[in-house]
Amino acid sequence: MQLDNLYQEVILDHYKNPQHKKLSPTYDAQVHHINPSCGDEITLNVTLDGDLVKDVSWDGVGCSISQASVSILTDLLIGKNLAGAQEIADSFMHLMQSKGTEKGDEELLEDAVALAGVSQYPARIKCALLGWMAFKDASVQALAKQD
Amino acid sequence: MTFDARTIAKDFPILDRTIRDGKRLVYLDSGATSQKPNVVIDAESDFYRLHNAAVHRGAHQLAEEATDAYEGARSIVAKFLNAEVDEIIFTKSATESLNLVAYAMGNAQLGNRFHLKAGDSIVVTEMEHHANLIPWQQLAARTGATLKWFGVTAEGRLDLSTLDLMIDENTKVVALTHQSNVLGTINPLDAITRRAHSVGAVVVLDACQSVPHMKVDVKALDIDFLAFSGHKAVGPTGVGIFWGRAELLAELPPFLTGGSMIENVTMESATWAAAPRKFEAGVPNMAQAVGLGAALTYLTKIGMENIHRHELELTRYLLNGLSEIANLRIIGPTTTDNRGGVISFTLGDIHPHDLGQFLDSQGIAVRTGHHCAWPLTRKLGVPATTRASVYLYNTIEDLDALISGVHGAQKYFGR
Repeated sequence: MQLDNLYQEVILDHYKNPQHKKLSPTYDAQVHHINPSCGDEITLNVTLDGDLVKDVSWDGVGCSISQASVSILTDLLIGKNLAGAQEIADSFMHLMQSKGTEKGDEELLEDAVALAGVSQYPARIKCALLGWMAFKDASVQALAKQD
Repeated sequence: MTFDARTIAKDFPILDRTIRDGKRLVYLDSGATSQKPNVVIDAESDFYRLHNAAVHRGAHQLAEEATDAYEGARSIVAKFLNAEVDEIIFTKSATESLNLVAYAMGNAQLGNRFHLKAGDSIVVTEMEHHANLIPWQQLAARTGATLKWFGVTAEGRLDLSTLDLMIDENTKVVALTHQSNVLGTINPLDAITRRAHSVGAVVVLDACQSVPHMKVDVKALDIDFLAFSGHKAVGPTGVGIFWGRAELLAELPPFLTGGSMIENVTMESATWAAAPRKFEAGVPNMAQAVGLGAALTYLTKIGMENIHRHELELTRYLLNGLSEIANLRIIGPTTTDNRGGVISFTLGDIHPHDLGQFLDSQGIAVRTGHHCAWPLTRKLGVPATTRASVYLYNTIEDLDALISGVHGAQKYFGR
């Protein structure tokens, strides 16, 4: 079934067992993002150590795509430096806009390539990007705080 | 005429197409927008093909034909609502209609009955669509008036226990929906209009979810203003209706100004034409108005009572069917008493977006999300719901497809 391209096992696994879904008591930046078209909401904390992404934690409500996507994000980006995190985020956003023509760089994106199928469903791309946009926003704010 | 949804469905060409690799289209999203019968598609395209000209101007035959068609549509709408012809105003949408009345009231100077100031109140309800909430929030913010609202009970009914406190001598406007686009609840208007009129307030009715589905008689309802959209009533997009009592439209200031809506213009000032022209600045959406006329003629021919009865049967069937599904919670009244054919529900841990996506894979179109009534879904503690809404062309077979689709989704996401 075509739907299986969208709902891969790894997505449903992350949805049922979301990673880092507990807001850290301390953080360098906290953001709250909303998807106004469907009501999904996320709060996301970022803690940096120099240019290292030391911790990302979150809480929120949303569909399996949005929840799995942010769960995968935390696994991928914690421990990376900001430049590396940015490269992964750029690659992921590119994949989401590929309209199903690309599979994604598995070396770089790891579990996130499971979300490649989302790019065939225009209405769901925003779901997949909710956490990534929140991370981008929070990391910029956290970095600005260091100056 | 006997009512047969299967025969009616043949009038709607889109219902013949297939979805997602050959699945039969099961369209259960008429609450968002209805599909269009051939007579409406033809009326709109024939206007462009045969009669197109700017109405109310031009000394030529096409202008006459266009004006006749456009004004003919106005008469059809008036008859449909049991209103006077000059009380019908064409807008681009129900949203524009509601903004029109809110902005027009904001333009009212001291001495005009619609003038609002600090100390006055505007009363809405917690079950309003954003289109009948935000214009009033904004009007309150611009004028200093206070916005108040009736709450919603756990069963999805208006809490009218505080009616006399909520609507008091300071109340100038009571704006509410006839039927909730989330809950399906049909609101009791009698007590509200009586109380509103006893304190000199006007009642604005958002009838988007009622006019397409049941007989709505503005005189019998004893309301003051009403808005609905054409596209939810098998009509074209881009046309809405604003209705107001003649004596109120005479006093209500205009919203949009420009061509067509004037009586006289000098370099310094202008005076207004009488309603409906006063509220129709610019060349109007003629083809869409004509299409709406064809739509209401089509609905009238089938009979609004027949349509309402058919939808009640479907609603009863679907409420029964859904209530037997484990972990499914209906958001709104669970019986057909004072209830229309929009049915919202949640399904355990399965998010509405995921459920909607699965149903789409089966050819079933439903709406998911907060349905532009975010304060309501928040109050009910459900960030989002799945909503099925029925119309004259839906059948029991469509509802069986939905019920079996919901079971399928439970299996799919439970793997």
